[in-house]
Amino acid sequence: MSDNGMILEMIGITKTFPGVKALSDVNLSVRRGDVHAIVGENGAGKSTLMKVLSGVHPHGSYEGQIVLGGQPMEFRSIRDSERAGIAIIHQELALVPELSIAENIFLGNEETRHGAIDWVATNNRARELLARVGLREEPETPIKNIGVGKQQLVEIAKALSKEVKLLILDEPTAALNEEDSQHLLSLIRGLQGRGITSIMISHKLNEIEAIADAITIIRDGQTVETLDVREGAVDEDRIIRGMVGRSLESRFPDHTPNIGETFFEVHDWTVAHPDVPDRLVAKGSEFFVRRGEVVGFAGLMGSGRTELMRSLFGHSYGTFIKGRMTLNGKEVRLRSVPAAIDAGIAYVTEDRKVLGLNLLDDIKSTTVSAKLKKIARRFVINERAERIAAEDYRKALRTKAPSIDYGVAKLSGGNQQKVVLSKWLFTDPDLLILDEPTRGIDVGAKYEIYGIIQRLADEGKGVIVVSSELPELLGISDRIYTISEGRITGVLNRGDADQESLMRLMTETSTRARAAERAEAAEVVADIPDTTGTDGHVDDVPSEEKSA
Amino acid sequence: MNKVKQIFGGDVRQLGMIFALVALIAFFQWRTGGLTLKPENVINIFQGNSYILVMAIGMVLVIIAGHIDLSVGSVAAFVGITVAIAMRDWNLPWWGGILLGLAIGALVGAWQGFWVAVVGIPAFIVTLAGMLIFRGANQAVGHSLTIPVPKDFQYIGAGYLPEVGPDTGYNNLTVLLGVLLCAAIVGGTLWSRRNQAKIGAELEPGWIVGIRLGLICVAILAVFMLMASGRKGTSLPVSAIILGVLTLIYGFIATRTIVGRHVYAVGGNRAAAELSGVRSRRINFLVMMNMSVLAALGGMMFVARSTSSGPFDGVGWELDVIAAVFIGGAAVSGGVGTVVGSVIGGLVMAVLNNGLQLLGVGADQTQIYKGLVLLIAVAFDVYNKSQGRRSITGMLMKNFGGGGRATTEDTQGTAKQQA
Repeated sequence: MSDNGMILEMIGITKTFPGVKALSDVNLSVRRGDVHAIVGENGAGKSTLMKVLSGVHPHGSYEGQIVLGGQPMEFRSIRDSERAGIAIIHQELALVPELSIAENIFLGNEETRHGAIDWVATNNRARELLARVGLREEPETPIKNIGVGKQQLVEIAKALSKEVKLLILDEPTAALNEEDSQHLLSLIRGLQGRGITSIMISHKLNEIEAIADAITIIRDGQTVETLDVREGAVDEDRIIRGMVGRSLESRFPDHTPNIGETFFEVHDWTVAHPDVPDRLVAKGSEFFVRRGEVVGFAGLMGSGRTELMRSLFGHSYGTFIKGRMTLNGKEVRLRSVPAAIDAGIAYVTEDRKVLGLNLLDDIKSTTVSAKLKKIARRFVINERAERIAAEDYRKALRTKAPSIDYGVAKLSGGNQQKVVLSKWLFTDPDLLILDEPTRGIDVGAKYEIYGIIQRLADEGKGVIVVSSELPELLGISDRIYTISEGRITGVLNRGDADQESLMRLMTETSTRARAAERAEAAEVVADIPDTTGTDGHVDDVPSEEKSA
Repeated sequence: MNKVKQIFGGDVRQLGMIFALVALIAFFQWRTGGLTLKPENVINIFQGNSYILVMAIGMVLVIIAGHIDLSVGSVAAFVGITVAIAMRDWNLPWWGGILLGLAIGALVGAWQGFWVAVVGIPAFIVTLAGMLIFRGANQAVGHSLTIPVPKDFQYIGAGYLPEVGPDTGYNNLTVLLGVLLCAAIVGGTLWSRRNQAKIGAELEPGWIVGIRLGLICVAILAVFMLMASGRKGTSLPVSAIILGVLTLIYGFIATRTIVGRHVYAVGGNRAAAELSGVRSRRINFLVMMNMSVLAALGGMMFVARSTSSGPFDGVGWELDVIAAVFIGGAAVSGGVGTVVGSVIGGLVMAVLNNGLQLLGVGADQTQIYKGLVLLIAVAFDVYNKSQGRRSITGMLMKNFGGGGRATTEDTQGTAKQQA
């Protein structure tokens, strides 16, 4: 294959996981020297594609061809792809906190002389590399002593030390503040001048707009299109349209909501990160839920949606700073998970296997596990009541399993989710918070879960659905709040919301918020009932946050 | 063959450990020319190992919750010496000594539980420290001396059921207890069968249950009669009764109470347990504290049997206790294990120890064999898990009529280990 100005061509990549087609005939061509952005919703397949490229998914586990610099490549491991000049920097940094900057840069690739580490050469080369990425720190400084932004630069220095030709950055600015982000972006630009091609995955459309030479949009495991910026400027609206432009089929059961009075309200809810006290994960959130209502929360990964919900659920995440919560007309303070469960709140976690289930358990003991006292008399569990309850929920939710003695680990994703739902329905909640209720579930089971959600709403419960899948939210929610960077950036009624309007509010960053506020406030405010406060935008006032 | 499987409640392979125990007994019975099943020897096995098994009951809960306790030997020794001195110097009655010992155990447990549950230091470290601290405390309190305990205190470690009623050639109380135990097992099985029928669960054919109950009762009665027929004055040892009662109580707590479920939940997936309303700190505190209380009891039982408390009591016990639990099918990663399984695991070790001694095998080789048994038992478990089968514990409990955990049929397990 000839070199046609493309450093990388991925042709017809198809990757299947058991039961799921993650990538289907994906094509990606990256021009030498470009900054090439890859965008798409969560779960669209961006990360899988990068894992195929970097050899995490070895050659043979996928179909299709990778051509690098005109040569077909068959990477069997990350080492192979590194040798070919590909370096990947993950969102979660892979640095060892206790080691120094220099040690981290040369980790696995140490500068040695006669088999011993040559510290002089190590530190000298590290100093050179740090200068290239514009990081003014001593090479001996331990990684834990520098901030996330600088750590990101160390990662890039590490990549440079390996003579990288193609640098892949997965959400490089997700954890950075505005200033660090700017520095990083200009660094990526600078690398371009040195002949290094970059592929950048990002949700921050404004950054992409600012830096990318070409943009490939991936949706549902397929390439939608590649936009060439040189052939004409591409604006955010154009990208959003490409990201979400799928039709809404009849994937949702028909439903007429029967909405009652407001019974759950949250005011000024402010929570700090558990390890970083001055980083706020929820910033003065205000919202409410009515009986019989399905309320959607739209936010990208890392927007603070899960953090908000978990802190509402008995302060089970982060450090509570301030805020009020009213349930059934009474102000409640739920400082622990048992208190939240007793008050009638249920929270179905985002990650079923890590946070939702004890995989050693069977269906029956899982079903009753969140409210054992309901089937116990004086701490002694009534096994008969347990069986009856588990059997009832199995039938009601149509969980497919040979019996209630079947281990939950052996169930499919959809059936596991039904068991988790059983467990929470067993607690007789008034308010159900469902965090990504259909993640990793096939279409048929999704439909059933939606039906269950609607049935619960019809029983007069309030249901909050957190999801990064916009069609899902649009399909089942009666009202949708958007979250970005820990702030609730807007609320739209079902009829007024579409994917583009949601995506715009979801990707709204604090700097853009101020500029856009005037323009959008007028249109958003019209949809917001009085109780939510002034408008969809909750202003970001860093100095106050710090003192709070 | 299929019928045999049904009688034992499933695949014959699931009986791995019970068969291992039976085979071990049969082997030693043959090699020692019948010494193993002499009344004196059976009684001796129980008296010589009950204290380890009592501690294994506490240890399995600790391990299910995902921790470990290395300090049990030192705690037992510290409590033993303190109680011995208190009874000697303050003239405490025997029951006062026991209460004092349990109270000290609770205090020690609260100390260790505090570091594990509240401060969040790994139990391995906390109890490694405890191992040193309480060993030192034992020697400080006792000035490294050996201190005898009074006669009536020795009853909990070396006592037997008294002779009551007419001279039948057997110990009447022991025989009566065996009969009552059989009746309880039969009654319990029928009762749970009726319950299952009520909720429409699938029932095993009656004749299978009948044969199974018959076998169990025959086994229990045989062993009880054996112990009742020993030398005049000997019978079912008190330490075995303590062990049996504790096995019943803790088996029940582990499987049928909220706190027991929470222990499994914390060990199985702590984050998920917390998000389901389990107060994991409280659970961690409780299992650590409970362990020390049982270590205190085990220490007193040992002192009672050996008639005095010394500075080197309890050295290396933690290893026997932990080995019993892992042979009994608990998982190092937590969330898996049963009380009954641990007691049986401990009995396997005890029979092995005893048999090798009878054969005159030296302590050096005995340790090698014990080490190999531990390794093979756990390797067997790991292999089975990698094959997608249940662990030995799972198999074992299946036999007892439960799922992955012991159920109401704990009584059967107790019967076995009293045997």
